[in-house]
Amino acid sequence: MRSLALGGAAAFAGTSGARAAAGGDPAITELKDWNSYLGEGVVSRPYGTPSPFEAEVVRRDVPWLTADATSSVSFTPLHDLDGIITPNGLCFERHHAGIAEIPPDEHRLMINGLVDRPLVFTMDDLKRFPRENRVYFLECAANSGMEWRGAQLNGCQFTHGMIHCVMYTGTPLRYLLEEAGVKTAGKWLLAEGADASSMTRSIPMEKALDDCLVAWKMNGEALRPEQGYPVRLVVPGWEGNMWVKWLRRLEVGDQPWEQREETSKYTDLLASGKARKFTWGMEVKSVITSPSPQAPIRHGKGRTVVTGLAWSGNGRINRVDVSVDGGRNWQTARIDGPSLPMALHRFYYDFDWDGSQLLLQSRAVDERGFVQPTKNELRAARGDNSIYHNNGIQTWLLTSDGGLENVEVS
Amino acid sequence: MSKFPEALFLAALIATGAAALAPVAAEEPSGGKLGLGRAATEAEIAAWDIDVRPDGQGLPVGSGTVAEGEALFEAQCASCHGDFGEGRDRWPVLAGGYDTLTRSRPEKTIGSYWPHLSTVYDYIHRAMPFGSAQTLGDDDVYALTAYVLYLNDIVSDEEFELSNENFTSIEMPNAGGFIPDDRESEPHYKTGAEPCMVDCKPKPAEITMRAQVLDVTPDSEAEGEGAAGGQVD
Repeated sequence: MRSLALGGAAAFAGTSGARAAAGGDPAITELKDWNSYLGEGVVSRPYGTPSPFEAEVVRRDVPWLTADATSSVSFTPLHDLDGIITPNGLCFERHHAGIAEIPPDEHRLMINGLVDRPLVFTMDDLKRFPRENRVYFLECAANSGMEWRGAQLNGCQFTHGMIHCVMYTGTPLRYLLEEAGVKTAGKWLLAEGADASSMTRSIPMEKALDDCLVAWKMNGEALRPEQGYPVRLVVPGWEGNMWVKWLRRLEVGDQPWEQREETSKYTDLLASGKARKFTWGMEVKSVITSPSPQAPIRHGKGRTVVTGLAWSGNGRINRVDVSVDGGRNWQTARIDGPSLPMALHRFYYDFDWDGSQLLLQSRAVDERGFVQPTKNELRAARGDNSIYHNNGIQTWLLTSDGGLENVEVS
Repeated sequence: MSKFPEALFLAALIATGAAALAPVAAEEPSGGKLGLGRAATEAEIAAWDIDVRPDGQGLPVGSGTVAEGEALFEAQCASCHGDFGEGRDRWPVLAGGYDTLTRSRPEKTIGSYWPHLSTVYDYIHRAMPFGSAQTLGDDDVYALTAYVLYLNDIVSDEEFELSNENFTSIEMPNAGGFIPDDRESEPHYKTGAEPCMVDCKPKPAEITMRAQVLDVTPDSEAEGEGAAGGQVD
């Protein structure tokens, strides 16, 4: 399924590399260009880009999902990534009116409403507030939303790729609010973006004062335009829609505003015909990223690394279990790397594959003791029209040829 | 909408550099603890604070009729949303869908789903028409909101005039359709439950559905086009 136009020969040599012909492996016995000739000098790539052999590691979209590419979504290539940090250029995008291109000198952030002092900040002003660095996942409320009715898209990039995890640098939102002086009646905050959708969401003051950030850097550099340059809101553990990009205004009020993105959208219809509103937190979730439909096993049977991601809006991940028989039996996987609250966690399950057909699953448990449910448990509680907040256990069918497919199991 | 032309973008950057030298507003000290930022002026707040709440807070003084809204809708909205709010291609449906919320394919429109009229006014005003947002006057938005009510049979008189005076008297059909987040009451979220590790199913798991049958994933050998269900928003 994956085109090997650029990396094909190298990939083939790599997978069969251990098996040398009688005379030896030409990767060793032949002098290569890069063993002899000079490469490019410094600053030949002033802003470095990935090797051309990684050209397939890109964001992708599913054109039939939306009416138009400017109010749409692209997906992070989770199947090709490792660790817990998403490279900036690969972080999924979700815009409602395209990418606003904002000169930072022309950007302002206003605080108004129930405050003692309505204020206006420039970007230079914001950068004089005390800073913090925090690693958080940002997951779209609709991540896995196309899978409510059953297995549909073939690859974790498409089923789980509306997520990224970066280190944000910014200032706690409460410092800005303290500067304006929130009045006692101020229980809600409206955050608004500067793009043509003027994205707005109501946020309870308790969350705003707790751990939200106003961030202007991601992974050490300025936010990418598609991630809200010059400044965005960070709302740890909560649905991505609330992380307002191109943040231009914060209004304090005594009631929620019931904006379009918290009434028509980002409300979760139940089988009863009633809909949940204000479903802010992202629930405990995990997915095996490799092997997966876009990352088949090419090495044959034997030693195999199963890896994936787990996360929870409730805090840290305590444990991830892996099943190879569709959830009948489970083994606890190994979490490696930092375990940070409301951040991605990387897990590994190393085993000897005997070449038989398997049904791979992962199941996360978070620090509040919530266990990731099966999709059938979610459907039993909600029906299948909720669109958002699908954190059900994913199953990959691994066939004996090493290929994988998105399936549902009994 | 076309992409922002690069030349124009550069011109904007240069102009910005010049503008940054001139004070944008009277510099008043912020009065806050750190002394950062400056006081927002009345005119600045009025320019950006256009949000409207369900209780009517934020509504500007103004009015518009169904008939006025119909003309505006045909000129500014119908090319995407259809003459009757039925939605062309994959563009959003604005009207109809009553009593479909418990069906297997619910149709969630302003009339069948939205709880508050304030959201209609607010959203049209801030974000529509798609590609040229914030070009409608206050009275235009009242007229369009009145017409959307008419398309949804919430008002039936073409002479009906919606204004800041009568706005909050309109009740939306699905106003009572929303409940607070109670996900944690779902049985699978019982805290402290130790998940099963061994022999958790009576029989081996069986495959009940396969994505390859739908074949709607980009880059797959025979890429499907829109056949599948599911939505992103």
